[in-house]
Amino acid sequence: MTTPAIVATGVTRVYQLDGFSVPALRGVSLTVEPGDYLAIVGTSGSGKSTLMHLLGGLDRPTGGTLLIGGRDVAGLTPNELAELRNSTIGFVFQSFHLLARTTAQDNVGLPLVYRGIGRRERRARATAMLDRVGLAHRVTHRPNQLSGGEQQRVAIARALVTGPSLLLADEPTGNLDSATGRSILTLLESLNAEGVAIVLVTHDREVAARADRQILMKDGLIVESVPGTAD
Amino acid sequence: MRVAEAWRVALDALRANRMRSLLTMLGVVIGVAAVVALVAIGTGTKQQIERQVEGLGSNLLIVVPGRLEAGAAPTSSPLTLDDADAVSRVVGDRSRVAVTIASGETVRAGSRSGFASMQGVLETTPTVFVRELNRGAYLTRTDVSTGRRVAVLGAGVARTLFGDRDPIGRQITIGGVRFRVIGAFEPLGQSLGVDRDNEVHVPVTAAQRLLGTDRIDGLAIRAPDRDRIDQLGRDVVATLADRHPDTDFSAVTQEQILGVLGDILGVLTGVLAAIAGISLLVGGVGVSNIMLVSVRERTREIGLRKAVGARPRDIGVQFLLEAVLLTTTGGVLGMLLGAGTALLVDGLSPVPAALTWWSMALAFGVSAGVGIIFGVVPAQRAGRLDPVVALRTE
Ligand SMILES: Nc1ncnc2c1ncn2[C@@H]1O[C@H](COP(=O)(O)OP(=O)(O)OP(=O)(O)O)[C@@H](O)[C@H]1O
Ligand SMILES: [Mg+2]
Repeated sequence: MTTPAIVATGVTRVYQLDGFSVPALRGVSLTVEPGDYLAIVGTSGSGKSTLMHLLGGLDRPTGGTLLIGGRDVAGLTPNELAELRNSTIGFVFQSFHLLARTTAQDNVGLPLVYRGIGRRERRARATAMLDRVGLAHRVTHRPNQLSGGEQQRVAIARALVTGPSLLLADEPTGNLDSATGRSILTLLESLNAEGVAIVLVTHDREVAARADRQILMKDGLIVESVPGTAD
Repeated sequence: MRVAEAWRVALDALRANRMRSLLTMLGVVIGVAAVVALVAIGTGTKQQIERQVEGLGSNLLIVVPGRLEAGAAPTSSPLTLDDADAVSRVVGDRSRVAVTIASGETVRAGSRSGFASMQGVLETTPTVFVRELNRGAYLTRTDVSTGRRVAVLGAGVARTLFGDRDPIGRQITIGGVRFRVIGAFEPLGQSLGVDRDNEVHVPVTAAQRLLGTDRIDGLAIRAPDRDRIDQLGRDVVATLADRHPDTDFSAVTQEQILGVLGDILGVLTGVLAAIAGISLLVGGVGVSNIMLVSVRERTREIGLRKAVGARPRDIGVQFLLEAVLLTTTGGVLGMLLGAGTALLVDGLSPVPAALTWWSMALAFGVSAGVGIIFGVVPAQRAGRLDPVVALRTE
């Protein structure tokens, strides 16, 4: 029996804004099994990013329970949460978030710093991962010397360099043209084929349709969960 | 590994803002340089004074009217040569007792003139103090007892009045009265701020007649041995107090003079160093300020590092190292600047300066401490940032 990657039960997240409570998630229950391929769709402001942050251990729920890799997030210290993010989760941000003055190779190697791995080994592993995402020829480029698609692939390589079992991608193709977007998706799907569970947020129905399962969000709730249509 | 990375990142951040880093360092540089230079000058001055006091001769006991305390008003002397005789009897050896009466006088030889310190003394002076003759002879007991108008010139006075010519046997006037030069001293330099080469020694009796007094300013005794010096001082003071019931007398040894001067200089050096330390503090506030700016500028970077697994402490250490790097680099630069200033002052001005390793170590340690103290708040703030909030910051 395998532990589900994620089990969320009645998870809420309420932001405090100038004394007002803004409920971004109002009771979300969700299970992600190892090797799942999940797409989250929904209107802007429906709480997709908020949910992704929770699933990635970047944030804690206001209510409900959230288990990541079988561990209750509420009971974890900041250090344990950092360790969790580092070891089991890869996060791809919509806006890449690469370090500007740092080469592609060192951006990719960044998570390994916090594993206490030496620079030589970090660079070797980062280079291998860049090769994997088709950027072997861009190893020492800085973000401003890379195209948007290349930057996104660097960000994906960074999410993968630690060998996570769960990859979370918040609109990974949102800023890219459709051809580049497709090549990124192909990359994600090949990873999924190797057993990495993938949760991705998208606005694109076509993209969502390729997943094993689609989840539709509205006003902080999951309103529909449908199996994918693609093969 | 994490620490190595933190160093690299900190260095990188400082290099990326070179001008800002330098300006921030400036406060620390100036503070450390001031501390190092001032302590060097204080130490140098103290060492010089010690050398000079020791150069006076060993086992010296100096007897003056009045109390020897900081702030005590100078007492006019009731002492006469009779008192010197009485003291000689206490000591048991006339050749160990010296007296002075000093007065600033114009000295003249032909068309040349100068201002010198006339010292009325006994023939015992060279045996009590360390005083080497360059040429000629010193005063004799007969010179003193007869009040003969003969003079021994300090090296500076000899140079002023006679240049390179031999002064022996020539006539000079002191305060308008004619004297014959019988000797000249070896150059001696400064002692306790007094130019010893600007002295003219004449028989005390001649000086008294010239000044129209029978007083002397004070006397000095060379004790036969170190162990008896304190007892001798008490005996001499008791004898003098007997003869002059209205006046206090003090007998001080070299150690006491050194102690008092050392204390005064120590306090002075301390006060100056503390003032310089304040600029170090101000520099520290600047570091704190710039670190807060740095944390704000790099909020997104912090968010990202946390998102990929940096613990609060990893981030805190990174920013603390940046602050410490800033202040210790400033500390090293300040040390070099302070040492350079001290050497320059020592070489180019009459003020002596001596570098001490402890002041350098202290300044460096303090600058590192300033980095830690003033870096810890910004570092903690960075470490506690919420990753999601940090990533959203523009
Ligand atoms: N830090 C915050 N403070 C207050 N309210 C917030 C905060 N973050 C998000 N919200 C609110 O929570 C709701 C959900 O936001 P979220 O970013 O999860 O939406 P989303 O589904 O990702 O939208 P989009 O598709 O535009 O990215 C929104 O109404 C937003 O205004
Ligand atoms: Mg979003």
